[in-house]
Amino acid sequence: MIAAAPPVKPDLLQLTLAMGDSDLILSQRLGAWCGHGPVLEEDLALANVALDLLGQARMWLSLHAEREGRNRTEDDLAFLRDAGAFRNLLLVEQPNGDYAFTMARQFYFDAWHKLALEQLALSDDASVAAIAAKAAKEVAYHLRRSRDWVVRLGDGTAESHRRMQTAVDALWPFTGEMFDEYFNHLRPAWQAEVEATLQAATVTVPRDAWMHRGGRQGIHTEKLGPLLAEMQFLQRAYPNSTW
Amino acid sequence: MVSQMVDVQQVWSWLEAVPDPEIPAVSVVDLGIVRDVNWQGKELVVTVTPTYSGCPATTVIGRDIVAALRSHGLNDVRLETRLSPPWSSEWVSAKGREQLRQFGIASGPAPVCPRCGAAQTERLSQFGSTPCKALYRCQSCREPFDYFKPF
Repeated sequence: MIAAAPPVKPDLLQLTLAMGDSDLILSQRLGAWCGHGPVLEEDLALANVALDLLGQARMWLSLHAEREGRNRTEDDLAFLRDAGAFRNLLLVEQPNGDYAFTMARQFYFDAWHKLALEQLALSDDASVAAIAAKAAKEVAYHLRRSRDWVVRLGDGTAESHRRMQTAVDALWPFTGEMFDEYFNHLRPAWQAEVEATLQAATVTVPRDAWMHRGGRQGIHTEKLGPLLAEMQFLQRAYPNSTW
Repeated sequence: MVSQMVDVQQVWSWLEAVPDPEIPAVSVVDLGIVRDVNWQGKELVVTVTPTYSGCPATTVIGRDIVAALRSHGLNDVRLETRLSPPWSSEWVSAKGREQLRQFGIASGPAPVCPRCGAAQTERLSQFGSTPCKALYRCQSCREPFDYFKPF
């Protein structure tokens, strides 16, 4: 369900960067599972979700580059910015951990991402609306999958249950900043989705706690630096090299 | 050099011979990727809508289209990407669906085994060999198969 019009009209430059950066960083995290998935089907699935997110990141960052008019490209934005210039959610830069951790992170993000994109699909900016409408279709599949995994692991063996509960609790303090500023009104719908899923997973819903903030201001956790070092290595070491 | 203004119907039929790089049994036209062909002055504009955002075939498809048209003597071709409305699996033509089936890929609202035609199937994974496909198994002949997801 889509709530009423957002209370704050998003600044398009901030918005495109925030959306693109979260997609890019999560894509990079998921890509690290490639070749390490627990079974072949999972390996393929994670790589496909990563690929969707990378494609979405390219669309947002290209639009950002075009609108800012500073003669930068999507590649400049991805490979030549330092951590302080990234605007991704702190949630998506958290390390992969075990499979429960990866899936809990994905579920929290997907549940928010789908709502955010559905809202942005109504934007009066035609480019934003087009990207969001396209991405929303993909993310509907992502959410279905991560939701299934949260239930499967939470309502699985004692060990998988313990791991899912641990992951859900550990990541909870990173969910608050998803609803800062113009996505504030999405919180009730997200909360309902999370509660229903965690209930089905027999996992205890974390109680409101202190929330980490800073991703939107470029104040990141110490986890982002090493990720960027790896992701940006080639362009940093061999400037302007092409594929 | 071919005269500049080739009929667009002719161009469409040339494009119908351009195979999708990942599913070569079906053309980029029958997959619904080519949305529009028209002349703008001396330039032929081909409008394409990518299937999935991250589909790695998108760049190759563009290249293949330009190369195919060049082989027919059209050198002034511009590709335009249209995101809205987003690509839908409903845009795959009836001919395309049949070609997919013969290639071993199910499509349409529900997965039916492309080999034996049984409707009792089970999902193995929501994502198959490409983002546009899921992996299923037939409960009758037990063969696994790709399912072109409704999208």
